[in-house]
Amino acid sequence: MAEHIVSSYDNDLQGLRQRISEMGGISEKMLVDALVALARHDKPLAQAVIALDPRLDVLHREVEENAILTIARRQPLAVDLRETISAIRIAGDVERIGDLAKNIAKRALAIGDDFQPQKIVVGLQHMNDLVLGQLKDVLDAYAQKDTAKALDVWKRDGAIDALYTSLFRELLTYMMEDPRNISFCTHLLFCAKNIERIGDHTTNIAETVHYLVTAETLAIDRPKNDRSIDTTVEAGD
Amino acid sequence: MSTIALNTSSAIGSAIGNAAAADTGAPVRIAVKNLNFHYGDFRSLKDISLDFYDRQVTALIGPSGCGKSTLLRTFNRIYSLYPEQRADGQILLDGQNVLSPSIDVNELRARVGMVFQKPTPFPMSIYDNIAFGIKLYERLPKSELDGRVEEALRKAALWDEAKDKLRQSGMSLSGGQQQRLCIARTIAQKPEVILLDEPTSALDPISTGKIEELIEQLRSEFTIVIVTHNMQQAARISQFTAFMYLGELVEFGPTTRMFMNPTKKQTQDYITGRFG
Repeated sequence: MAEHIVSSYDNDLQGLRQRISEMGGISEKMLVDALVALARHDKPLAQAVIALDPRLDVLHREVEENAILTIARRQPLAVDLRETISAIRIAGDVERIGDLAKNIAKRALAIGDDFQPQKIVVGLQHMNDLVLGQLKDVLDAYAQKDTAKALDVWKRDGAIDALYTSLFRELLTYMMEDPRNISFCTHLLFCAKNIERIGDHTTNIAETVHYLVTAETLAIDRPKNDRSIDTTVEAGD
Repeated sequence: MSTIALNTSSAIGSAIGNAAAADTGAPVRIAVKNLNFHYGDFRSLKDISLDFYDRQVTALIGPSGCGKSTLLRTFNRIYSLYPEQRADGQILLDGQNVLSPSIDVNELRARVGMVFQKPTPFPMSIYDNIAFGIKLYERLPKSELDGRVEEALRKAALWDEAKDKLRQSGMSLSGGQQQRLCIARTIAQKPEVILLDEPTSALDPISTGKIEELIEQLRSEFTIVIVTHNMQQAARISQFTAFMYLGELVEFGPTTRMFMNPTKKQTQDYITGRFG
């Protein structure tokens, strides 16, 4: 795309993109490390994840403030306006992703050395790998303004929801087997929920990327497969 | 930190093109068909075909020299004051071709009023500024004339400021007031169409705001065509926008679409300040 006549306008928009790119990198690292910390009972790593979060908050604030300044100074129109608004939305989603990853790290500290059933941990890691793929792909889609890639992320979320539902059932059965399992299972349940929420945030980003490029909103009814809302487990299941 | 939840496309869309959406179901008031315009040998409008809808505001935008003011001046044949300027093609006002030699241009200019960038009050009293045009075409008793002057000043949002000094010179008003006087003068003729050529370029922000508010009120009665260099003004007050470049019509459509998601790259480049 041609550059603006006023070059500082280009710099303003580039500044927004760079900050989001940095936020994306931090959130990806937090997500990867949080799961490793959880699986390996690695307390220092969990604390390192938590320590990354303040930088994410600072960047989020900067994106919002700079976007508002851009609107006031430049009165952006068309693609520039969509880009500015999209930056605000995406920064918000990535900041929440960081918060959710931080929460997983905190729970890794809370669980400590308590027993974690291998099956659950493997399930969580698998879910996390899928979500990490979503996050990488959607951030690439944003950087490259690639709607096809964004749409693909948007559609793939169903698989993550389905995984969450099955982990939910597993954890319920563990808790029913033995009350001593309830404490760490509850933490693991929250971790699973956090990962599932991260997946939802990546679909939000995908919708924003689609809007940025096409000026249209995606259809509201994205396929949703989280059946935990009506999942119950009876004794003997 | 809370996320900003926006239904962005509809929120922004309804803020642009004014609250009233473009009414493409409105009848066509002016139909321009294959219009060409020459200043001597220089062809400044190239085969323009464009519709202007009844009681909608249409903005003409484009870089300097693109022909937007030239186009405006064809609608009331004001160019015909200059022999080396000529227009070919058709401009149908309610089906009648205004370029036809059989048209009475004075009557046309009463039906199609014009306001210029620099306020042009006559060197006479505020009252006479308005009454002058009426008296050219109508013979009215004084009380009725007074009523028409008051009506025009009220519609131009100038009555309250001018009612106590109707006998003072029009030139004693401020720039913004003078411009509203010129609009009042135009409205007094009971035109069908009002042409505005950068009406607020020379005015301060408050006067600009008052004129924009006025345009929104006038829209319910008159078809309005406005030339403006101010993108945001065009986005605020018009329902339709035409983008012109080097004498050609590049793109035309509802203002919301033109400013949110134009079809042509040239249009987007212009409105986002990527070329002049």
